[in-house]
Amino acid sequence: MATVELTFSALPAHVRTARLVATAIARRTGVEESLLDEVRLAVGEACSRAVEAHRLHCPGEPIRIELRDDLGRFEVTVTDSAPSDELEQERELLRFDDPLGQLPDTLMTGFGIAVIVGLADDVQVYPSQKGMRIRMSWPAATNGLSPV
Amino acid sequence: MDLKLDHHSEDRLTIVEVEGEIDVYTAPRLRELLIDLVNKGNFHLLVNMEKVDFLDSTGLGVLVGGLKRVRAHDGSLELVCTQERILKIFRITGLTKVFGIYASVEEAKEAHGRDK
Repeated sequence: MATVELTFSALPAHVRTARLVATAIARRTGVEESLLDEVRLAVGEACSRAVEAHRLHCPGEPIRIELRDDLGRFEVTVTDSAPSDELEQERELLRFDDPLGQLPDTLMTGFGIAVIVGLADDVQVYPSQKGMRIRMSWPAATNGLSPV
Repeated sequence: MDLKLDHHSEDRLTIVEVEGEIDVYTAPRLRELLIDLVNKGNFHLLVNMEKVDFLDSTGLGVLVGGLKRVRAHDGSLELVCTQERILKIFRITGLTKVFGIYASVEEAKEAHGRDK
């Protein structure tokens, strides 16, 4: 199993860097070209959500992202340190049939998770008082890292 | 790629040209532009997204916020977009039902003219 780990401060500018790194590793791991846009967007959504949550609750804490090549899957885990129960409650209140009736923050949090679920091949969301962990994966080349 | 924004008016329609990436870092600039346009009395907006490379939920939130603002003045906010990777995000979130989405600026202008 090959792993790349990245930690970054909760600044919006760093989300693009995280997206670029994730896309580069996904390509190298053997994820199909047609799926790379989905990887880029889903990882960006998870990191954006984490940045927004940290800016509200713990701006000094870093966000961690792990990118793994694991037995024919490319797996990404984004971990933050912001209590996520409140965000979960907001997500439950989100109504996609009435987006204009939503508060902007609620709307974006709900859309972010919805986009990840819609894009990743496999998603698990683990909310807790200590932070949220979003794990997502896509099929990759079975022989691990492909030569670049 | 950073975000480039431009706008011009044709009759009652204000066309907003967007180029680059709309994400958590750049979306505030688009939000500021939309708010500024509405504050200056531009209530019919057409956002051309043909040169947008990347759009995330923050960008969606800004567009929905803009739509709410113009609707408060009986206005409209519509989009030009044919890129499948961008349209997919609108479909996932159900926003294809909320926004008018056109294949070209000309097509949007024709539809807008019919609605006058």
